Amino acid sequence: MQRSLLIDPGKCTGCVQCELACSLEKEGIFNPSKSRIRVFTFHYEGRFVPYTCTQCSEAWCMQACPVDAIALDAGTGAKVILDAACVGCKVCTISCPFGTVNYNSDTGKVIKCDLCGGDPACAKACPTAAITYVDADQTGYDKMRVWAGKTDAGAMASTQYGGT
Amino acid sequence: MAWTGKILRIDLTNIACSTEELNRQWAQEYLGQRGLATKYLVEEIDAKVDALSPENKMIMTTAPLTGTMASTGGRYSVVTKSPLTHCIACSNSGGFIGAELKNAGWDMIIFEGRAPTPVYLYIVNDQVELLSADEIWGTSVWSTDAWLHNKHQDPLLRIAAVGRSAEAGCLYAGIVNDLHRAAGRSGVGTVMAAKNLKAVAVRGTLGVGNIHDPARFMQAVTAGKKVLAEGAVTGEGLPTYGTQVLMNVINEVGALPTRNMSEVQFEGVSKVSGEAMHEPRKSDGKPNLTTNAGCFACTIACGRISTIDQGHFSVENKPEYWGNSGGLEYEAAWALGPDIGVDDLDALTYANYLCNEDGYDPISFGSTLAAAMELYQLGAITKKQTGGVELTFGSAEALVWAAEITATGEGFGKDLGLGSKRLCEKYGHPELSMTVKGQEFPAYDPRGIQGMGLAYATSNRGACHLRGYTVSSEVLGIPEQTDPLATENKAALVKAFQDATAVVDSAGLCIFTTFAWSLEDIARQIDAACEGDWSAERLTEVGERIWNMERDFNLRAGMTAADDTLPKRFLKDAAKTGPATGRVCDLDQMLPEYYQLRGWDADGVPTDATRQRLGLA
Amino acid sequence: MHHIVIGAGPAGVTACETLRDLDPSARITLIGDEPEPPYSRMAIPYLLVEQIDESGTYLRRSNDFYARNRIDVMSMPVSSINPADKVISLSTHDTLDYDRLLIATGSTPVQPPISGINLPGVHNCWNLADARAIATRATPGTRVVLIGAGFIGCIILESLHKRGIELTVVEREDRMVPRMMDEAAGGLLKRWCESKDITILTRTGVSGIEQEGAGLSVSLDNGDTLAAGLVITATGVQPNTGFLQGADIDIDQGILVDNYLETSKADIFAAGDVAQGRDHPTGGFVVQAIQPTAVEHGRIAAANMVKARSVVHRGSLNMNILDTHGLISSSFGQWMGVEGGDSAVLLDQDRYLYLNLQFGGDHLVGASSIGYTQHIGVLRGLICSRAPLGAWKQRLLDDPTRLMEAYLGSVQGLA
Repeated sequence: MQRSLLIDPGKCTGCVQCELACSLEKEGIFNPSKSRIRVFTFHYEGRFVPYTCTQCSEAWCMQACPVDAIALDAGTGAKVILDAACVGCKVCTISCPFGTVNYNSDTGKVIKCDLCGGDPACAKACPTAAITYVDADQTGYDKMRVWAGKTDAGAMASTQYGGT
Repeated sequence: MAWTGKILRIDLTNIACSTEELNRQWAQEYLGQRGLATKYLVEEIDAKVDALSPENKMIMTTAPLTGTMASTGGRYSVVTKSPLTHCIACSNSGGFIGAELKNAGWDMIIFEGRAPTPVYLYIVNDQVELLSADEIWGTSVWSTDAWLHNKHQDPLLRIAAVGRSAEAGCLYAGIVNDLHRAAGRSGVGTVMAAKNLKAVAVRGTLGVGNIHDPARFMQAVTAGKKVLAEGAVTGEGLPTYGTQVLMNVINEVGALPTRNMSEVQFEGVSKVSGEAMHEPRKSDGKPNLTTNAGCFACTIACGRISTIDQGHFSVENKPEYWGNSGGLEYEAAWALGPDIGVDDLDALTYANYLCNEDGYDPISFGSTLAAAMELYQLGAITKKQTGGVELTFGSAEALVWAAEITATGEGFGKDLGLGSKRLCEKYGHPELSMTVKGQEFPAYDPRGIQGMGLAYATSNRGACHLRGYTVSSEVLGIPEQTDPLATENKAALVKAFQDATAVVDSAGLCIFTTFAWSLEDIARQIDAACEGDWSAERLTEVGERIWNMERDFNLRAGMTAADDTLPKRFLKDAAKTGPATGRVCDLDQMLPEYYQLRGWDADGVPTDATRQRLGLA
Repeated sequence: MHHIVIGAGPAGVTACETLRDLDPSARITLIGDEPEPPYSRMAIPYLLVEQIDESGTYLRRSNDFYARNRIDVMSMPVSSINPADKVISLSTHDTLDYDRLLIATGSTPVQPPISGINLPGVHNCWNLADARAIATRATPGTRVVLIGAGFIGCIILESLHKRGIELTVVEREDRMVPRMMDEAAGGLLKRWCESKDITILTRTGVSGIEQEGAGLSVSLDNGDTLAAGLVITATGVQPNTGFLQGADIDIDQGILVDNYLETSKADIFAAGDVAQGRDHPTGGFVVQAIQPTAVEHGRIAAANMVKARSVVHRGSLNMNILDTHGLISSSFGQWMGVEGGDSAVLLDQDRYLYLNLQFGGDHLVGASSIGYTQHIGVLRGLICSRAPLGAWKQRLLDDPTRLMEAYLGSVQGLA
């Protein structure tokens, strides 16, 4: 069973430990602006929402990449940027309807969550279990996928398309 | 390392920005934030300058652990000479802007002079600009925040600003960052406004690196987080109730100052306590508290995010106040509640919103209002001054009115902006001012918690709980229980807390970590982050050095041992209820011993030997 | 079952990959007309700055991708197709029978009707051969005239400039990227380029090019002439449909397709730049000529080739992201707005920041931006999901930068 990040905004306090852990893991420095996971603050609503790539099966980023620089990690299901191949064209950043692939102007390449190879630093750093790494069918990303379906250019006409 | 090594110097008079290297020697001696910025200030200004003149400087500063993953490591301090106390002012705040400043590559910003017209400082990493604030001068912190985000098209811009109270000269105006965190005390916002500096807006994307031993640092950080999670106060009490966990506790011990500190227990306490904030309202079924919130990197998350009942008289027809915002912390809840005898939680929350919206210290405001109410009771202030408003203890309407006029400095709001000391002098009753060195008291009555009496009397920034929080020991039993009514050994306790607090305030950390962390826990993180051997002993010495440096500044500014005292009310009028019934604060039993332990002479002046020992000679 | 895919660009390669996925036993033939392995034109600017070599432009990186997926790759122009007999003819006069055919022949640069356009030293920047020629000529100090400041012109600006050349851009329209951005944004781009010492001449046409000694002389319609060692034309592209003459397939701007990307002839599909497919959110049929659309077309057409009418193409969003010498701009959907719609615009001339949101009723229908790189994909998410914005609409009108909040609040329902 593959696992995925389960995010429960109701438990988040907005402390950005996840952003710090992510940037340390991925960039070797504490730098929230380079984190693959970001916490969004809803001031009026009094809510904090950690948000990152769901490793969606549609993988718009991977599909749209013109140079095959985003690969599927068969072990984790993560869609992983291959830095050596990425030319920095940013097509993936507009293709991802979730807005979770971002351009890093310092490196001229894009960045996204890769689940840290199966041991995500954000989940380990979270003090309130707002971010956990659990069996994929618990994540409730189904709702997200409904919207993903609406975003998709194609829709199943009758029977299932492919074995997503 | 862990410092960025870079300082930004802003010459407001000439609208010029320059950069310089951090003085590494001073960093080794004073660490960061409170200690290091104070060192810069005392070296650069004459202690006798008028706090609101261009000759005063204002320093915004981070510390070695600011911006790191160390729990609570997101803090910054504002250091200047206080217009309220004429002593050193050092106000410390959480939120996110401190870490942002560090991420932009700066240890410190030194503001000098006074801008010819209102400006704000806009920082994106090493791009630094002073820009016109004409369009936001005269607007609130919240309006300024929205305007700056919009203008710079950056939702992640972190902003610290002064509100209309500061512009109107309120002497206890603070600097509010991230909408509802504040460097709140001693009038640091008043100084900022006097410099015609409306806001500092920062975006930092460079990151915080330079960690001396990253692997060891992360071990220490992870261990530290575990200790906080397992601590009763840090892992449970504060996340659940915030600092408001204290309201009932302090009332129980008979140290909840009530009605301008004339009493020590409040009959309406259960309506304004942390527990009350969790209770569903009758009107909409929602509790006052929506959620708890953490500042940058904080794994305690004591922050309160609250709403006001939309039907409450304070916000009827004012939908702009119907959303969530920063809720009541204990000191604010006390000053806006028990100290003025008000038990209306929504009114307290509304007044607290206004303190954030227009940037004035709720402690000083509430205490000043309490004094005004007592003056009204005596007839020294009448409806003539209030324009017909009944300024009586217990009146939520009076609180709401007073908060609104203090926000803008209109009418009687100008008098309330003077602070308790000047207000009571103006109306002929200086004895009614509950202040030390001109600064208003916080929420612990020194008759019921004796050590706090000494802490208040000797605090370098006037009456303050955050210069030596012996409540931790005397009430909460951390790190060990002492008798709150005893005076024995309190001098040593106060000194230890004062020195340790100076360390925490200079490290980039929040003082609340010390409900679980020892100085060793902190030393391990600093030692891994910074070059040099940082033991708890060395840190204690740094703390003592900082304390004496601040003391020296205050003495040079004109303060004397006679200022190390408390209002007569605490020294003469015995507590009438609770465990402290019959007690006054026995300051005279503690103060001489304190001077001695500090290595000060009978006039409260550090001796040459003390100076030499601490490298202050 | 024999699937033939004509065109080895992103649409064709994606189609082949999908075909193999869905139809493990079929025969798949991919026919390109360039000698290199299938590559991406999007990567050419990065080749020009020598950030990558030619293999870095390839659409699929693994050497055995085509063999592993049993895709026969041929490099040979197709001369005609015969739908009645389900057969195609190659330029060698060989023929191939198909069961299902996908036309993904892409587009070709438009040659502006200018005298001297075929002179040596005048090039498009479209394929790898062009790139090699430009790399040879664009040596430091060379004066280069770029005709056309559209998407392609802009995207190669930096790579040309980085080669140390002296660059002048000539654009007939009143602004840069006129089909992607409005006047305000185009003006920002122009100022940005000028700040990088690139000369931008808008509202200027080229009337002719002449050989002058070893170099070229470019005559402008304002009477000026520009000396140049290299002229690059980037004045737009048109679908490659020439070989379809006689096939009786309906063609408008591009090959007309239905909601299954099938053409007017049964079993013949079209995808990518050559296809006039459904547009989101207007519902009309347009040639978009962008990479993500090509990929979507390829994927959906392939599914319908394997199983008739199994996947509906509900429309692709026209969108672009452009890096003009470090200034990043993007546009989505109806960025120019819709009649009766609301809009929210922020412009900071000094800092090259621009954000323009266009609403139709309660939805976002289009957007454009300059200087935004974080989370911009949610613009696609907001437009394509047609999420009712509710209270978020007014908040966006007040402050359009609160996009991410609006997206999470309305589309994801997280707040």
